[in-house]
Formats: sequence, structure tokens, C-alpha cells
Amino acid sequence: MSSPFGYVSPEQVMKDRADYARKGIARGRSVVVLTYIDGILFVAENPSSALHKISEIYDRIAFAAVGKYNEFENLRQAGVRYADLRGYAYDRADVTGRALANVYAQTLGTVFTQESKPYEVEIVIAEIGTDTSGDQIYRLTYDGSVGDEHGFVAMGGSAESAGTVLAEGHRDGLSLDDALALAVRALSQADNGERRTLVANQLEVAVLDRTRTARTFRRLVGPQLDAALGAEPDESPLESGGDKGDGPHATT
Amino acid sequence: MPDVPHGTTIVSAVYEGGVVMAGDRRATVGNYIAQRDIEKVFQADEFSCVGIAGTAGLAIEMVRLFQVELQHYEKLEGTTLSLDGKANRLAAMIRNNLGLAMQGLAVVPLFAGYDTARGEGRIYSYDVTGGRYEQHSFHSVGSGSVFARGAMKKTYRDDLTEEETIRACIGALYDAADDDSATGGPDITRNIFPVITVVTAEGFRRVPDADIGALVQAMIAGRMTRPNGPNAPLD
Repeated sequence: MSSPFGYVSPEQVMKDRADYARKGIARGRSVVVLTYIDGILFVAENPSSALHKISEIYDRIAFAAVGKYNEFENLRQAGVRYADLRGYAYDRADVTGRALANVYAQTLGTVFTQESKPYEVEIVIAEIGTDTSGDQIYRLTYDGSVGDEHGFVAMGGSAESAGTVLAEGHRDGLSLDDALALAVRALSQADNGERRTLVANQLEVAVLDRTRTARTFRRLVGPQLDAALGAEPDESPLESGGDKGDGPHATT
Repeated sequence: MPDVPHGTTIVSAVYEGGVVMAGDRRATVGNYIAQRDIEKVFQADEFSCVGIAGTAGLAIEMVRLFQVELQHYEKLEGTTLSLDGKANRLAAMIRNNLGLAMQGLAVVPLFAGYDTARGEGRIYSYDVTGGRYEQHSFHSVGSGSVFARGAMKKTYRDDLTEEETIRACIGALYDAADDDSATGGPDITRNIFPVITVVTAEGFRRVPDADIGALVQAMIAGRMTRPNGPNAPLD
């Protein structure tokens, strides 16, 4: 049989899908995830206080995402369902970030190859251990690839520049205030080299806090967040950069 | 009735600012004491607790599922259920057990929590068909509940402080253990005391054993001279 009219090679199909997903993700604002002395810190640039990019999955596991809201919300709910069912069927200690990352990798990989369009999302699954050496951060991309990250991750529109700031400033044993200041500095750094000033109501901040028992996930909001942000060293404040995320896909 | 462990007496009472729930520590299989340090009062979520009477195995499993359901809802929806919503959910779970209840394996929890919308503690009791009844002031379930409720009638006042409410509950459980063989009294030789939980605007809290131990010792000291507990005025 001769090749059908309009044949496109699998290589080209995959490349087109990857480009499509990358473009969608690049339109959105960024999220950074980094370890600190008592756990893992999540900071997202997110003007909405209702539509979260950072969420609790289980006692010691949290989820952060960038990209298309309806798609990562779908993944988040599936993760919560998976974790709660596992913990109920076996024991709460049997719910692990590694297993959850595997499930997400399967889902994203299947969607990438079999659906008509890939998910325009990138997610992080982070789990705290009993000490810093037990902390785990998994980064999952739109095609189902999993990366086991050490110390920090930046993803979203200006992931590259945020990642550079984190790489320069991150070290083991940061205090929460220092880690938050570093995260805000990383998010303020736009890819075009400009710096913006981010204030508390533009940020979604949460931690997995090792000093807590049972459910370790905690959002930092209101006065608590203002106080923590007060510790940020005063950087030369430039005007707030253009709104990214207002693309046709309503990326948050 | 099959030979499986049963839980016995739970007492709960509201006070200005919250609600207290207390449970004895005995599980029985007929005349035999199956466990002397069982825990029958559990945290349901941040603002509620549940105490169990009836078939221990089914009840503990029901509580476990209830806890998961409340937390699952909270994580998916980003908000907690209302206290009435939680009480209704528990009612549905009890109703699902009706078949087993008719065969003698009943589960009858007592649910209490702090209603953050109303700013007060509330108590709900149930029957085996899932009937949900809001109780005011105080309530008790389990085989020793009639004695506990009688004691509460004489000691409870709505102006009691948190500590006084806890003391009233400890006294009621003591009276239940006094007259009901399936309810365990405080075991001072082994330091096994009632489980006591408190839910307030600040959330759920389990009273530390050391604190309960001190209150129990004080109560027992009083009972050395007055074994039936404090006298209530005739009118």
C-alpha cells in the first residue's frame, strides 16, 4: 500500500505536539518550588486567591502546576483521589510522592501520544521527609517525562531566568524567610532581564512544614505572608511587567 | 449477637465557646473485657469529633471512612463541609449499615463539633436507621448512657467553663462505669483515663492524659467521702 495522502512522520507529529505544549506553558506565569530547613516552599505568581496553582495532595505531599487551569485541575483532583483511596485502602504511610509521580507520568505520557492535543501543563509533586535529606521534588512535563530535582525547580513563562536566580541563591538549610525572599526574587526576574515588584496579593504561597504533624501542608496568607515578605531585602523596584497569562487559552 | 467487641459509653456536652466529648476505655465481648485501653473518641476533622458505641470493628472502620471523606471533600473543593453537612454525611453512612444493624451489629456514633458559622458547639446523635437528632446541652450514647445522662442532668449547667464541663463528663463516665459492667472506670493503677477531646473556634484538641489524670484523681478523692458524687439541691 502506498503512503496515504498527507502523510506526516511520527517524528514531526511529536515535535509539533511538544511545540504546542511548550508554547501554551510559556504563556503562563511562573511557579517556583524550593527546599528550606523545615520543609518545602511553593511560591506562585497568581493574582487569584480562589483558583489555586498550589495544592495539598496528602499529609506530606503537595502539588504545584503551571499551564492550562482546567487541565492541571483535572490532574490535581485525580491525584487527591488516588492518594486518599490508597491511604484508606492501606495506610497513610503507604502514600508516597514517588508512586504519585509515576501515575502522573503515565497519564501525561498517554495523553501526549494518544489524544488529539497534549496537556499544556507542567507539574511538580513534592514530598517532605523526616529531615532535609528525605525531601523529594519530582518535576513532570507535558509528555510524561519525570525529573527527580534537587533543591529547587522553576517552571512556567519565565522558568529560565527564575531558575538562574534560584541556582545562584539556593543552598541547603535556608530559613523560611530567606527561602521566600529568594523565591520572590526569582519570580520577579523576567526573561527579558527586567525586574518587577511582586506584592503579597499577587502571590500564592504554601509550605509543607516538617514541624507539623499529620497534615503538613499550610498556606501562608494575610498578615503571616506580609510578615514573611517583610524579610525580603529591598531590591531596586521596577514597574510591574506586562501581564503574561492573558492568552487565548486563559492560562493562569 | 455475634461474639465481637463492643464499645460502650460516650458523653458529650457543650459550653460557652465549644464542645467536650469524653469516652471510657473498655471494649467487651459479652462478659469478657476485650480491651481495657481502647479509644472510642476520634478527631473527624479540624472542627469536629466523633465518639463510637456499638460494634467496635464496624464503628472504627466507619470513622476511618468518615475522616477520609471529610478530608477528601476539603481538598477537592478547597473548603470544608458545614457542620450540618458533615452530620448528614455520617447519617448516610449509618443508614448504609442498616442491614448489619438488624443482625445485631449496630453502630451508633455521637457526633459533635464547633459550628464556625454560628460560633457555637453542637451535638448530634443517631439511631441505627441513620436518623439524625441534634441534641442540646449534653448527650450520651452506649450501654452506660442512661446512667451517664442521669449524672449529667444533675451536674450540667450551661454556664460551666471548659474545665468544669470536662469534670462533669468525667463524673458522668464514672457513674456509668459504677452501674454498667460494660463501661470501664478510670484505671488509676495503669494510668488509663477516659479519652477527652475539646473542639473550639481554635479547632480540635485532645486533652493530655496528664491533665485528665489530675482531674480524675481529684474526682476520686471527692468520691472517697461521697461515693455517689456531688449532691444536687432538692429544688
